[in-house]
Amino acid sequence: MTTVTTGTRAVKGSVGTAHTRVEGRDKVTGAARYAGEIPFAELAHGWLVLSTVARGRVRSVDTAPVLGMPGVLSVLHHENAPRVETDYPGLLGSAPDPTVAVFQHDRVPHMGWPVALVVAETSEQAREAAEALVVHYEEEPHDVDFYAGHPDAYAAEGHMPGVTAKGDLEPELAASAVVVDERYTTPEEHHNSMEPHAATARWDGGRLEVVDSNQGTTWVAGELANLFSLDPASVWVRSEHVGGGFGSKGVRPHQVAAVMAATALQRPVRVVMTRRQMFSLAGYRSPTTQQVRLGADADGRLRALDHSSLSLTSTVHEFVEPSAGVARVMYDADAHHTANRIVRLDVPTPTWMRGPGEAPGSFAIESAFDELAEKCALDPIELRVRNEPALGPVSGLPFSGRNLIACFRKGAGRFGWADRDPRPGLRRDGRWLLGTGTAAASFPAGAAPSTAAITAEADGTFTVGINAADIGTGARTALTLIAADALEVAPDHIRVRLGDSDLGPAMIAGGSMGTRSWAWAVTAAAGDLRERLALGDGIPPEGITARSNTTEAIGALAPKERHSFGAQFAEVAVDVTTGEVRVRRMLGVFAAGRIVNPLTARNQLVGGMTWGISMALHEEAVRDRATGGHYGADLAGYHVAAHADVPHIEADWVDDPDPDDPVGIKGIGEVGIVGAAAAIANAVWHATGVRHRNLPIRPDRVLMAGENA
Amino acid sequence: MKEFGYQRVFDVSGAVALLDADPDARFLGGGTNLVDLMKTGVERPARLVDVRELPLDTVELMRDGGLRIGATVTNSDLAAHPEVRRRYPALAQAVLAGASGQLRNMATVGGNLLQRTRCGYFADVTKPCNKRVPGSGCPAIKGEHHNHAILGASDHCVATHPSDMGVALTAFDAVVSYETADGPGEVPLSWLYLPVGDTPHRETDLPQGALITHVTLPPAPVAANSRYRKVRERASYAFAIGSIAAALDVQDGVVRDVRLAFGAVASRPWRARAAERVLAGAPADAEAFAAAADAELTAARPLPHNGYKVTLMRNLVVAELTRLAEEATR
Amino acid sequence: MAPATPSTHSAISLNINGEKRTLSVDHRTTLLDALRERLDMTGTKKGCDQGQCGACTVLLDGRRAVSCLQLAVAAEGREITTIEGMAAGDQLHPVQQAFLDLDGYQCGYCTPGQICSAIAVIEEHAAGWPSAVTDDVRPEAAPPPLSADEIRERMSGNLCRCGAYVSIVEAVARGAAETQAMTSADLPQTEEAAA
Repeated sequence: MTTVTTGTRAVKGSVGTAHTRVEGRDKVTGAARYAGEIPFAELAHGWLVLSTVARGRVRSVDTAPVLGMPGVLSVLHHENAPRVETDYPGLLGSAPDPTVAVFQHDRVPHMGWPVALVVAETSEQAREAAEALVVHYEEEPHDVDFYAGHPDAYAAEGHMPGVTAKGDLEPELAASAVVVDERYTTPEEHHNSMEPHAATARWDGGRLEVVDSNQGTTWVAGELANLFSLDPASVWVRSEHVGGGFGSKGVRPHQVAAVMAATALQRPVRVVMTRRQMFSLAGYRSPTTQQVRLGADADGRLRALDHSSLSLTSTVHEFVEPSAGVARVMYDADAHHTANRIVRLDVPTPTWMRGPGEAPGSFAIESAFDELAEKCALDPIELRVRNEPALGPVSGLPFSGRNLIACFRKGAGRFGWADRDPRPGLRRDGRWLLGTGTAAASFPAGAAPSTAAITAEADGTFTVGINAADIGTGARTALTLIAADALEVAPDHIRVRLGDSDLGPAMIAGGSMGTRSWAWAVTAAAGDLRERLALGDGIPPEGITARSNTTEAIGALAPKERHSFGAQFAEVAVDVTTGEVRVRRMLGVFAAGRIVNPLTARNQLVGGMTWGISMALHEEAVRDRATGGHYGADLAGYHVAAHADVPHIEADWVDDPDPDDPVGIKGIGEVGIVGAAAAIANAVWHATGVRHRNLPIRPDRVLMAGENA
Repeated sequence: MKEFGYQRVFDVSGAVALLDADPDARFLGGGTNLVDLMKTGVERPARLVDVRELPLDTVELMRDGGLRIGATVTNSDLAAHPEVRRRYPALAQAVLAGASGQLRNMATVGGNLLQRTRCGYFADVTKPCNKRVPGSGCPAIKGEHHNHAILGASDHCVATHPSDMGVALTAFDAVVSYETADGPGEVPLSWLYLPVGDTPHRETDLPQGALITHVTLPPAPVAANSRYRKVRERASYAFAIGSIAAALDVQDGVVRDVRLAFGAVASRPWRARAAERVLAGAPADAEAFAAAADAELTAARPLPHNGYKVTLMRNLVVAELTRLAEEATR
Repeated sequence: MAPATPSTHSAISLNINGEKRTLSVDHRTTLLDALRERLDMTGTKKGCDQGQCGACTVLLDGRRAVSCLQLAVAAEGREITTIEGMAAGDQLHPVQQAFLDLDGYQCGYCTPGQICSAIAVIEEHAAGWPSAVTDDVRPEAAPPPLSADEIRERMSGNLCRCGAYVSIVEAVARGAAETQAMTSADLPQTEEAAA
């Protein structure tokens, strides 16, 4: 791979060539400023106070002693905070999570609910005052118990139907030569972006200005306008550098509290979540318990597929982790049933987290497929080849492109899969038992309407304005390359501006849809601009600007099954005497559309696979039944994979341009995590002969499984 | 975090005088545990006495072949010290297995021994904890305890001591020297930590206001053949779920000397004396190693979710002693 | 006798990247907050504020440390080096350049800490310090090469949630090689100068 540093002359072919990040220098020198780092004169610091009960009412807030403490400016709570509006359509058309509307009532729906904001001159003063604030509660019994077969569970739609069903399961299962019927569980998982959520709000000449860390300023500005009943044009949200998001950086209590305080005090107020607060306020992935039933003929062809998933949500907002959705894309069967159910408990509302639905769902279905392969004495890849559907199993729609088997074939060759002895528990390296495993991956590939503007400057350069968010994806660089190719200039002629709601509406960095959606708008604006430049009238000092809006073009897309796919391979080493599991190598091969920047794309796909390691072996938020709060809610208690956990990982791809996208892009943000945990769990089985159906595969679980075997 | 006074001290007598005068004062070493606990509200000192610049930052090789380690020696300097690595390799390994490079550069020997438990209930002031608020209860016993104690715990507290360094020091009979306003004193490390009983908030035998000045390791030829092994829930940068410091001297297939200490199983680094007694003069083979582990672990009282630690520690004893026996005869 | 109420603020001077900065601090102020909120040096990042992520790594007297657990008042008299002090003017430090060239980051928020840590790791390794994955820690044993496994262990105090570890390890390895090359290129000159 050759790496071309941005700036090298090229007229076409920027897309597909490795480029270092355009903001790279700022990031390695510390010059890049994130949301909490933009200086403001007269800045005050807000510190959130969270409930210490899991359910009940706030009886009173003893503000007087705290208001007398050094530097304290204000204490906002449900009795004095500005009122906000929550009856409006949110991001996906449904009502927003009311938990962003802080300090509106005395109800406490979960442990860690924001009950007050203390504002002071310095962060040290604010913190101490927040800790000193006494809040009296009327405590009610809480219920945070999540378990399979919960009597209050109900089927629910999130961003997809709750239940799909075709054919009769029981007769097909009865007629099956081989049946797998197992339960798989995944724990509560947290995004834990390295940069905590941070927002600074101020009023400037009748305009609300918010510097924030988010995945889409269009989204946050729109929600703030709705919440505070403001003219959308009077809300300006900026988010230039974002220290990771993974689904958690939308509208959150910190922005709303900062706006309230800035309004009340008429001076800039910054609210930053602490790492511990993030566990209550930043959203998370619900735990899941999933029952999978597969029935197949002796040759492995599926007759019956039944995937039923239960997740949880809060008592105040419905959010579904749709883990059973993945089978609707991956595998067909005569009887094919999937169901996403939820149960409401006294917990914070979960949210989208990298690979929502697909990440936990693929752990279950791809583990079950490995078990089916074992029972059929079939190679796990061959089992998938035999069950490769021609059309969407539930929709009946054609695939815009699939290439899953091509991924498996390329990956198998590179990984050395052909030499694999399928029998478990045979390979040893000193104290380690070795095994390999594989799994399939998929994630929806979509595009959403966006606007863009490109200005041809008088000096021959181009300024691209697109309200994208670069949360670490490399969007700024990818869009530079896309604009360069679309305008047939070298990338160093392109300046991309993003992360600013004044740039106009655009898709958020989410759903693996950002780069494709933004690239589409940039390409459209570039096409228009080139036509105007072709008139040859010369460029005036203010430049020539062309604008695009992709609403119509995207609306005209024919309905199809549109997804990225991939094949995951892992080799693990397991010490059954201590329970330690180490991943020794991983390979992922993806069919994920055209790859814009191989340098950053590989990094992002490997990052997803690293999340897979973390999910398989480490991550687990523990909820304490007695208090309803977390146990060990910090980065020492909640383990994410560290350097030493991550071996050399390779990511590669097959040629797979999307035929219906102007650039051929699909999306790579999430598919990398999908299937990765299953590949690792399947490798642990291959190493030890023991199936691990509960994540994470902790040492104690490995140890006791060996003990009980 | 409440406001506090700060004083830097340059001599030991000045340091202990300040603490003697103010019961709400604390010594500040590297700060890696204390400052964190101040942020979470577990510790609320009125004054910090910064002892990092006390002249206690050297490791001395004694004439008898032992080591005298100053209390402000950083973990990094201890682990890098040639005499530590030569004479007590398990101690260097234990220190290197702890925390991260950054934290080891900051943390001191004295502070390491006095660090507090990482029990998640102790660290969360919104939850009950007998160690933090005597009489408030121990929620771990019926709650989350998969990484809590199996040895020497009580109905009042099942927290573990998090130190890796302390485990190796305990195996090698370290003695802690301290200074108080009333004069110096010393206590063997294995007696430093008090039994849990019904007073888990009383953790050490040090007099009020005492400053640890040195840790002395007596000479131990057996320690030259020693190892530290730590099992944790990620490959690095995590506290142990079980660890072992082991040293073994074998002659003609018979155990001549052995040292064993366990980490992450008790409220203190756990010297496995029952196991050592079984092994004295026993054949250096897996059977004897397993019997020794069992002798130690018969005292284990696991809770519903930490019984795996009994298996883990038994396996670690056998694995590490086997490896040391092989190395000893090589 | 109750002790006199101690003062809770101090006027201090901090030596940061070779420059003396004087300020009055609340004793509660960590070095991290002093840098970010008082001195507008925001290159040092706050990820957890509890010593659990490494994003705030700086060098204190040449050794890496987490600035979130270092009180500013206790840092007086020490030589503080932050990410802003790593480049020589426009010339990036070899480790910075390697992170840039090999894409040793994604969101960039853990990056200053990773780079400061990596620079120190290279020095610690050159000084012969063993690590937890060094097979034989005895001083008589040959020092371990700075393999990928050694880098991973030594860098484990710096979490990266984007999961860029693979390219970070490559960048540290290249940075180490470049640093070594620079050092050995310097050596003959030094010897000449000495001679």
